[in-house]
Amino acid sequence: MTAFGQVAVAVARRNLLVTFKNPALILPAAIFPLVFLLAFAGGLSNLANVPGFSFPSGYTSFQFVFVFLQSAAFGGVFTGFAVAADYESGFARRLMLAAPNRTGLIMGYVLAGVGRFAFTASIVTIAGLAAGMQVDGGVVELGGLLVLAVLVNVVATLFGVGLCMRTQSMQSVPFLQIPVFLILFLAPVYVPLDLLDGWIKAVAPYNPATAFLETGRGFISGEPDHVLVAFAAAGAMVALLGFYALRGLRKAEAGG
Amino acid sequence: MSTSVATQVGFIARRSVRRTFRQPAVLVPTIAFPLFLLAVNASGLDSATNLPGFPGDSYLDFAIVVTFMQGALFAATTAGTELATDIESGFLDRLQLTPLRAVAILVGQLAGAVTVALGGAAVYLAVGLIAGVTIVTGVGGALVLLGLATLIGVAFGSIGAFFAARTGSSQAVQGLFPLLFVTFFLSSINLPRELIEIDWFRTVAGANPVSYLVEGMRSLVITGWDAAALLRGFGVAVAVSIVGFAAAASSLRTRMART
Repeated sequence: MTAFGQVAVAVARRNLLVTFKNPALILPAAIFPLVFLLAFAGGLSNLANVPGFSFPSGYTSFQFVFVFLQSAAFGGVFTGFAVAADYESGFARRLMLAAPNRTGLIMGYVLAGVGRFAFTASIVTIAGLAAGMQVDGGVVELGGLLVLAVLVNVVATLFGVGLCMRTQSMQSVPFLQIPVFLILFLAPVYVPLDLLDGWIKAVAPYNPATAFLETGRGFISGEPDHVLVAFAAAGAMVALLGFYALRGLRKAEAGG
Repeated sequence: MSTSVATQVGFIARRSVRRTFRQPAVLVPTIAFPLFLLAVNASGLDSATNLPGFPGDSYLDFAIVVTFMQGALFAATTAGTELATDIESGFLDRLQLTPLRAVAILVGQLAGAVTVALGGAAVYLAVGLIAGVTIVTGVGGALVLLGLATLIGVAFGSIGAFFAARTGSSQAVQGLFPLLFVTFFLSSINLPRELIEIDWFRTVAGANPVSYLVEGMRSLVITGWDAAALLRGFGVAVAVSIVGFAAAASSLRTRMART
């Protein structure tokens, strides 16, 4: 294995071990999307009775896609927390000294983020199915939803890594989680795009999260829509934030 | 409270307030995030007002109190993070070499978070009024609303302090944010309880103290002077504060005894 691969695997392995051995770290990441699913699919199901609301697979499936993508994004955010914690504890500096290929550090955190998401995605999916979620998409469509979610997870991780390598402090955590939250909620979360009202109706069509949501909902209902736009947006964000993370690493190196 | 304890609280409180107000990373999200979410939800959920039985025809009026709850949530994470950082950095260990009592440390540490909660509540209210929120109970109701919002900030701040004293980890305290956030969603925060369709959810919302905090504040904005709703709101806020403080004080004493 190359030095890059060795570093990536070692960082991912350590990060996942630390996470899964500490209930205070893994439980919020798991419970957060789960309760969102329960809260939205359960508490707001009456919104399906709003005149003009139409989604063939039902409100639980409608909300499942949002929560699934949200758990992907927050898998990345929580990985960002870990980067900040590594710097605050001094571990990251030792890691920088020891790693023969420092770019592998970023890949390691990305792999750890995907690992966290795999855990929460499993829980959310089981909960969705237990709640009677209707899945009308086939294997290919569901595979598309999964790949899209992994891309969202990578985007959030790269943002978190880039930010926390610059700030090297847990104090920056709000600046990590709030933008992710806002982007997710500036999309048609509760009702379809057509039923949005006011200023958000003008903003949502330009939000990449809207494309992710609509495509994901199309996948689960077996009627894929805006697929190319969603994957192109996700790919572009991976490239852009990959560069941001890499620059963050270089700044951290320069800062000693 | 004896003078010496009051003085001790004063020292820690002054440090806590100064430290909190020197951190834009704490202040900016506390103010901006709830307002942004209000703007998003007031627009995104406005179609809910078309549901038969929805109180009023403006989701903005219905949702303004959510900002106060979110301000309280930030008070919890702020108080928790500050205390956890002091534990991680060894500051708490150094404090143990002084005559400071655990209760003084705890109350003092919460001062910064509660000050932010009060300031935040005033800003949310002002912005809400500018955006067109109507408070049917008038100026008196607005003042009671600020008082209840601050008390809720104290209650949630004590939960944050408990979590910090228990875990001693600022990273773990950050995990408290989503946990508290979801308890908000398992309440009547987004829809009135009578409009919640799913039976189990309506039951959970009825058992969730957050519903009574929200409904107490919401009554001042939408319904008028509703003594029962206010009594439940203030009662829950006081009860959570007492339980939170007792749990935090116990955990802090245990931690200080260990070190």
